[in-house]
Amino acid sequence: MTIEIDGINKSFGQFQALRDIDLAIPDGQLTALLGPSGSGKTTLLRSIAGLENPDRGRILFSGEDVTGLHVRERRVGFVFQHYALFRHMTVSENVAFGLKVMPRRERPSKREIRRRVRELLEMVQLDHLAGRYPAQLSGGQKQRIALARAMAKRPEILLLDEPFGALDAKVRKELRRWLRSLHDELHFTSVFVTHDQEEALELSDQVVVMRQGRVEQVDSPLALYSQPDSRFVFNFLGQVNALSGAISGGVLRQGEAWVRLPESCDDDDAELYLRPHEVRLTQEPSRDAHLPFRIEAINVIGAEVRVELRPDGWESEELWEVGITHSAFNARQPRRGDRCYAVPDVGHLFCDHLSEPKTLSWYESAG
Amino acid sequence: MADTDQSVRPRRAGVPVSRRVLPGFGLSLGVTLFFISLVLLLPISGLVIHTAGMGWEQFWFVVTDPRVVASFKVTVLAALAASLFNCVFGLLMAWVLVRYEFPGKRLLDAIMDLPFALPTAVAGITLATLFAESGWYGRVLAEFGIEVAYTPLGIVVAMAFTSVPFVVRTVQPVLEELPPEDEEAAVSLGASDWTVFRRILFPVLWPALVTGGGLSFARSLGEYGAVVFIAGNSPYVSEVISLMIFVRLEEYDFAAASAIASVVMGVSLLLLLAINVWQGRYLKRLHGGRG
Amino acid sequence: MSAKHHRVGDGPVIRRILIGLAVVLTALFLFMPLVVIFTQALAQGWAGYIGNILDEYTLHAIGLTLFVALLTVPLNTVFGVFLAWLVTRFSFPGRRLLATLIDIPFAVSPVVAGLLYLLLYGSNGWAGQWLGQYDVELMFAWPGIVMVTVFVTCPFVARELIPLMQQQGRDEEEAAVVLGASGWQLFRRVTLPNIRWALLYGVILTNARAVGEFGAVSVVSGSIRGETNTLPLHVELLYQDYNIVGAFTAASLLAGIALITLAVKTIVEWRQSRSEEF
Repeated sequence: MTIEIDGINKSFGQFQALRDIDLAIPDGQLTALLGPSGSGKTTLLRSIAGLENPDRGRILFSGEDVTGLHVRERRVGFVFQHYALFRHMTVSENVAFGLKVMPRRERPSKREIRRRVRELLEMVQLDHLAGRYPAQLSGGQKQRIALARAMAKRPEILLLDEPFGALDAKVRKELRRWLRSLHDELHFTSVFVTHDQEEALELSDQVVVMRQGRVEQVDSPLALYSQPDSRFVFNFLGQVNALSGAISGGVLRQGEAWVRLPESCDDDDAELYLRPHEVRLTQEPSRDAHLPFRIEAINVIGAEVRVELRPDGWESEELWEVGITHSAFNARQPRRGDRCYAVPDVGHLFCDHLSEPKTLSWYESAG
Repeated sequence: MADTDQSVRPRRAGVPVSRRVLPGFGLSLGVTLFFISLVLLLPISGLVIHTAGMGWEQFWFVVTDPRVVASFKVTVLAALAASLFNCVFGLLMAWVLVRYEFPGKRLLDAIMDLPFALPTAVAGITLATLFAESGWYGRVLAEFGIEVAYTPLGIVVAMAFTSVPFVVRTVQPVLEELPPEDEEAAVSLGASDWTVFRRILFPVLWPALVTGGGLSFARSLGEYGAVVFIAGNSPYVSEVISLMIFVRLEEYDFAAASAIASVVMGVSLLLLLAINVWQGRYLKRLHGGRG
Repeated sequence: MSAKHHRVGDGPVIRRILIGLAVVLTALFLFMPLVVIFTQALAQGWAGYIGNILDEYTLHAIGLTLFVALLTVPLNTVFGVFLAWLVTRFSFPGRRLLATLIDIPFAVSPVVAGLLYLLLYGSNGWAGQWLGQYDVELMFAWPGIVMVTVFVTCPFVARELIPLMQQQGRDEEEAAVVLGASGWQLFRRVTLPNIRWALLYGVILTNARAVGEFGAVSVVSGSIRGETNTLPLHVELLYQDYNIVGAFTAASLLAGIALITLAVKTIVEWRQSRSEEF
């Protein structure tokens, strides 16, 4: 089932939570709504569910207008951030609830309900906990029960609000994989809200980045990471190394730092964004770049060594961060306070006169 | 299995403190024990000793006196009716005060406690005046042939009035804490408003309702001041048990008075204990008692 | 955020019906009695009202009632604070039992409460007989009234303080101890500022109940006009003398205290909810 969102607006008093949202969510895919808090992602999710009524605009499920339809009739599965399990019901009563409240004519028989509940509990691998109360479950177990409950009526759309927000790191990772495989198996259309970019990139087929009630960019995780449309998206998805300066004669310059641009570009103020893996560290400046640094700190984090760099003779809002391999680290033995140079391989140039960023590559010219 | 759910408060572990950090343990224990012994326990033990001294036969003779039995019946039935009324009225008031915003809400909330603050004798003469045949309500009710003042119905009215706050004030905080997501979850699963109330809200509310109703019942059993003015106090019909004790005292029949009083007190203490135990057990299940 | 949740019973029709029902029932059941008290009290005009208050016996009842409250309230306040401190700041065996014991005066009928004291300290009681040898008579005199009033009103301060102090925890006090505060400094500078509003309401409520106690006091007072008649007993006496206006005049004074109590409670709750928000 596809979801189409057509010019949705929603305000709470003075605060405009959603502004002219247009969005198409494809059938059978896992879509992430990603953004900082207050970006409107939860409001959008609740609007899709029918828990929020938009002031303007339409919502269509597979081409059918459901804007005026009550939550009750939309037949979506909704998993709440803090699960909202009914405390006074056992696990199996929780899962059965959606089936038991169906109108008598449509309601399955008691035996059928019992069978379905058992099936769902097996699916979430918690059939041994059927008689427990929610207060006796761990966070991860609650999450799975909430999911089983949401899926009891076999919805074609599953909506999840910060599904892993309240879990600790290890359980979160486990559940993420499990949800992914469940989704691949059952193929419903899922939308989930998250503020964790790693979660969005790892789990989803499509990511919707939101900011201040607007959709900033919609793309696959890979495209989003390698070709962000805006500084905001770039900043929001992972560590960024930035050089802001002025272009003059094809060279971006600030203080002692400069970079020769591989493509011609008009003179203007500009910012060059580089991901940590798009930069190399050397002892000497290269032909195309002169970016002097002092090493501030060296952090060994698992398989990678992260070097924090303080600009030397120029300025940057934040420290730069560059990842090097253990073998490079062992070969060169850099130490705190050493001077070194950064050489870009790939970069993203944001110019004030360009509406879209330009992705630059130094590979050919470096030869 | 760490609970990360915020709705489940971790119970404060009762770790025994070997060396007390805060000062004043000895002093406050001493003051409290002295006070409780002198003010509560000594007089109560006096009653127990007094009653125990009178022998089983005499005790039984006194408490099964037909007039006493009749007053027991009247008291229990009236208290039951009053607390049932308060369950309905209290639930309505708690719901309206928690769920809705409207002008005058603060005033409504404040006046809910009036029966606790107003002396019972004042409540008694006021209700008697209102419901008397010539009173504002009595006149209207008389047209429908309903007599309240000086009948058992008057006892119910007085008991209901004095115990109004119990149900309201026990249900209110529970209603306030209900997470809105529970209702949204139920609705998104297709439940109608009435089903949500019956199957999601009511099961969480009714322990508070029973507790409040139980407290209201216990209080009504012992009510005296508000009742005597409106009850009419005719033997076998509209005498409450507190009045019976008083009547026996005025006859200087201390033995009978204390026999009846010990029954009344036993019942109230059992009721208090039952409410406490039952409430504790239910809360444990909701807030994560393991196993 | 300001997101409005989807809750049951928010439909405009059901909402209006329920609010309307609540307002009408409250007006009939709780508000009307107040109106009756004051209209009856003022039935003979202000001059009559003042005259009734200045009646010799009424003045004496007011005096005795205030005297009883003046003895009872401080005693129960001190006890309530000690009890609350004990059960919320220390763990020891019997803690829960203690917290339950304090509820007894709530559950016991006031007439039974009066009887308890009469049996013990009356001329037939063992304490009464012993005191009688020294010509000390507690019952049917003001000390008896004070004693039963203390019994009936002893839970109120503690009941207001315990939930609040439990919720606040003992972190702040422990911090103060670490910083070297003495017991009294600790209480005055750390505990008291946190509990003062609840304490105030507890005191006011204790006062309202002390002033208004009827059942227990009528057992032990003997209702001797001009001697052991408290204001509530005086209300009864006047009412039974068919002096309705006089009875309601005395009642209106007690109702006034009740209204002040409610006002204080509202203010206290407002302060508390405000301090939670910031």
